[in-house]
Amino acid sequence: MANLTSLPLLSIITFLPLAGSLLLLLLRGDKALKATALATALVTFVVSLALWFGWRAGEAGMQFTETLPWLPELGIGYRLGVDGISMPLVLLTTFLMPLVLLFSWDTIRDNTKTYLLLMLLLETAMIGVFAALDMVLFFVFFEASLIPMYFLIGRWGGPRRIYAALKFFIYTAFGSAFLLAGILALGYFHQQQTGDWSFNVLDMYTLGLPANVQTLVFFGFALAFAIKVPLFPFHTWLPDAHVEAPTGGSVILAGVLLKMGTYGFLRFCLPLFPEPTRRFAPLLVALALIGILYGALVALAQKDVKKLVAYSSVAHLGFVTLGIFALQHESLSGSVLQMVNHGLSTGALFLLVGFLYERRHTRQLDDFGGLWKLMPVYAAFAVVTFMSSAGLPGLNGFVGEFTILLGAMKTSTAYAVLGTLGIILAAWYLLWAFSKIFQGPVTNPANAGLHDLNRREVLIMVPLVLLFFLIGLFPSLFLQKIDPSTQAVLDLANRPAALTMQVEK
Amino acid sequence: MLNYAWLIFIPPLAALLFNLFFGRRLTRPLPGYLGAAAVGLSFLVALGLFVGLRQLPVEERSFQLVLWSWLHTGQLRPDFALLIDPLSALMALVVTGVGFLIHVYSIAYMKLDDEHHELDARRYARYFVYVNLFIVAMLVLVLGNNLVMLYMGWEGVGLASFLLISFWFHKPSARDAGKKAFLVNRVGDFGMALAIMLIFRSVVNAGEATRAGTLAFTDLFAVIADNPAALLAGAVTITLLLLLAASGKSAQIPLWVWLPDAMEGPTPVSALIHAATMVTAGVYMTVRMSPLFELATVAGTNVLHVVAWVGALTALMGATIALTKTDLKRILAYSTVSQLGYMFLAVGVGGYVAGMFHLTTHAFFKACLFLGAGSVMHALHGELDINKMGGLRDKLPNTYRTFLLAAAALAGFPLLSGFFSKDAILVAVFEEHQYLLYAVGMVTALLTATYAFKMVFVVFGGRPRDRKLYEHAHEQPALMTGPLWILALLAVIGGLINLPFVGTLQHWLEPIVALGPAEEAAHPDMTMELILMAVSALVSLGGLYLAYQLYVRQTGAADRIRRSVAPLHKLAANGYYFDAAYDMLRRGLWETAQLLAVLVDQAGIDGVVNGVARASGWLGERTRRLQTGLVSVYALTLFVGMVLLFGYFLLIRFVN
Repeated sequence: MANLTSLPLLSIITFLPLAGSLLLLLLRGDKALKATALATALVTFVVSLALWFGWRAGEAGMQFTETLPWLPELGIGYRLGVDGISMPLVLLTTFLMPLVLLFSWDTIRDNTKTYLLLMLLLETAMIGVFAALDMVLFFVFFEASLIPMYFLIGRWGGPRRIYAALKFFIYTAFGSAFLLAGILALGYFHQQQTGDWSFNVLDMYTLGLPANVQTLVFFGFALAFAIKVPLFPFHTWLPDAHVEAPTGGSVILAGVLLKMGTYGFLRFCLPLFPEPTRRFAPLLVALALIGILYGALVALAQKDVKKLVAYSSVAHLGFVTLGIFALQHESLSGSVLQMVNHGLSTGALFLLVGFLYERRHTRQLDDFGGLWKLMPVYAAFAVVTFMSSAGLPGLNGFVGEFTILLGAMKTSTAYAVLGTLGIILAAWYLLWAFSKIFQGPVTNPANAGLHDLNRREVLIMVPLVLLFFLIGLFPSLFLQKIDPSTQAVLDLANRPAALTMQVEK
Repeated sequence: MLNYAWLIFIPPLAALLFNLFFGRRLTRPLPGYLGAAAVGLSFLVALGLFVGLRQLPVEERSFQLVLWSWLHTGQLRPDFALLIDPLSALMALVVTGVGFLIHVYSIAYMKLDDEHHELDARRYARYFVYVNLFIVAMLVLVLGNNLVMLYMGWEGVGLASFLLISFWFHKPSARDAGKKAFLVNRVGDFGMALAIMLIFRSVVNAGEATRAGTLAFTDLFAVIADNPAALLAGAVTITLLLLLAASGKSAQIPLWVWLPDAMEGPTPVSALIHAATMVTAGVYMTVRMSPLFELATVAGTNVLHVVAWVGALTALMGATIALTKTDLKRILAYSTVSQLGYMFLAVGVGGYVAGMFHLTTHAFFKACLFLGAGSVMHALHGELDINKMGGLRDKLPNTYRTFLLAAAALAGFPLLSGFFSKDAILVAVFEEHQYLLYAVGMVTALLTATYAFKMVFVVFGGRPRDRKLYEHAHEQPALMTGPLWILALLAVIGGLINLPFVGTLQHWLEPIVALGPAEEAAHPDMTMELILMAVSALVSLGGLYLAYQLYVRQTGAADRIRRSVAPLHKLAANGYYFDAAYDMLRRGLWETAQLLAVLVDQAGIDGVVNGVARASGWLGERTRRLQTGLVSVYALTLFVGMVLLFGYFLLIRFVN
């Protein structure tokens, strides 16, 4: 491991997919393309495991850091690094991508090359978002992730794909404008205070911003991230994007892209703007709680199972946001873990929906029923995944939700009570969907010939289910890496507004 | 021995994994033997734990075994750890012991069920996967050393229960019943989750972060012992939330509605989960948390008093509904609701031992009754309407005799197990001077004896009402009658574990119930207790007489009584309209959801968003016309703009 640290590991992980995509340009033939893309994603995942095994436990700060000058006169640098908050998200990204490509193996038939290319480009952008420590670099990756997803939805999506892709793009770009303005403002204020431009996130921790500026910039960042999460009432792009996106796109969208919003809250809002964070935390918690309850209720009203899962994401990300703005150590760590959990569980749910859609080309709940009998293996995976999503203890979802709610309880009884109500509703919509699809008699003759999961599909689900159990039964493996960093963020968020110089980087 | 307590999980875990992956390749009864043997092994481990615990001095009978650190973050520190003490050892014995017998019964029962349902090898194996999963979850529930472990087992048994109630998932009724059970229990779990969080917060805020973090029972009780103020303020809310949780799992008012529907599951499941073990988890939890309940007093009334009343009313309600039903399994289900009510009544007056005693004997006789019902059901090709039965004593001699013994135990027939345990409850109530509760308990006892013997008389006595069904009836194989006889025997002699004035169980559980500060060890008045016992015996015999008059002599009195209390009968027959009320609530939420989805989400929010989009599109359309390509127009615009700007700056200057 010792010599691993001398390698620019994060750069390798970030740009391996990009290198793979360049390789794709030279290749011909679907098989070779798919194999190359999958191999790239797998290698990226294996390399990224070095982050996990080379992790220095108990450290709160950035690890595997890299710095190269980029535009030094403007204080813009190529700075990478991960802490206990971003490392799990990098791993989530590299873990999900091979599964998505495996899913696409048989399901993407037209223009395979572009599809795979975009997927790998997207992976680079996503890893970059979590690894970037320079705000300009972060913004570049943040924006870069938009474009592949826009095309993935717009090109391989459902009937209303153009509308959905445009909506997705405009919504996010709208938020990005505020984000960019905020980033530039921070750089400017850094120049004003120290005489040097800087866009290094860590430099910003020592900036003493006036309260009114903090508030203004805070809302710029918060709006961009709230749209990305998405928080109520900025969520309506999500169901459309999910319903129209191809399965692989949905998995990545829900699994990773949405986390950029909650990650942004943690990386920027809490540590950079402590005063407005504390002041407006109740507002964001309120939006999160509305999201939890409203998302769950609206999920209950859906007839399209993919839309149901999309609204469940609104509810689940509400939990993550609740955990962040409850501003307790337990809830912050729970939120980070829950980001991973949601990526796995909701990713799995979208994959399950995808398996069905590939067979029947419909996602209407009313078209199904009794599939348990026809597809027992599929049903078994579904039971575990639905339970994971419903927060059954012993599986991953519980660990995140419980710690989030526990922290929320420390802050306010009302937060915990309303959040916990969401758990009842989650069980309701999940069970409703489950029983509609799997139980009862087989009423629709079109389902009679359904065949169970094939080997490839089982291969996709097994790693996910193993992780459900691993995180559910041994969450400390993850939490011990997360905990020091969330404590550091919490300390920054709790620091007095004016007093900034003593804060360690 | 106690260091190896984790071994108790291994056999059912191994069997369930094996059956899950390879079960469908085994020939039919093999997965069943595997599943049953696994639980048998667990029972042996439980026995070992019991013996190991007995060898320790009384004050040391609380053994903690940390398996791994589980959920450590912030101040939270619960471990994956076990607590072996007299209470958990007793529960483990009941769960694995009765569980083993029911597994054995299931080997043959589920094979025979093939006739009624399309049950292939995969589903047969899957059944044993689920019941083994249940055993594992139930053991986690009772052996966990902290509240989070308890919660994990609590939800785990809920999942197993859901899977088994919906085992015949192609039946819409089974599908709905499973869903209902899971959801109603989730409402209870809501209470449990909040209670755990409140306990954590209260203890942390009292400066006891280390002991709060583990959420371990022993740490919690230590806090209660030397710093009761930590939990004093929150105790009432917390225990009421725990009561909500208990009422979900243990089918008490107001969350009992799922249990009768749970009878959609295979009958051995009803015996195991919905009678003998899982539904008693609420009683176990209340006894476990009794030190906290003892603290919870508001305006001079303890929350336990609420527990007692919930129990008493549920007991009465269950018994009255049971009297109105004609479906054999439903009668038993309502009877279970009612008997669980007795346990809560006991716990509510501080009679923790009486409650646990009744929990144990009830596991014996109610499991026997359910398995007997399963036997009858099989003999009659799935028929459950008691009005189509009759005269089965000749056809099903073993089932008849065991059912009679178990029903008599349920009725509290003198010297049978149910007599002693129910009497212990009523004595405890009487000694607490709760005469109104005592009266409710007595009336319920009379009704219980009546419906218990009614079942025996109508099903097995008299003449066959449906000749065709009767002719085809046949006794079940030894694999099913064997467990019936063992359970019947236990139902008869089960009272031995805690005879009055001997109190073996009382001494065994002493370290647990002594934890509560209010537990008085006042020695009971012997004469009084004997008198109460005699009254109990008379009531039970009265029920027998009543049942004999109504259902054997058939003087038509039953109909006359029914007519004279028609409104009451209707109320009971409709389950006191709990279901109707919940249905209204459910539908209300459902409609709200539809409304939100259509009005708020689509028309409202998305409407605004699309409106903005359209407006900017419209604006773009308009402004596009400004681009006329005529340089003179551009120049004019430029000029006007500059004038306006200039004017603006002048204005600002002027104002300043």
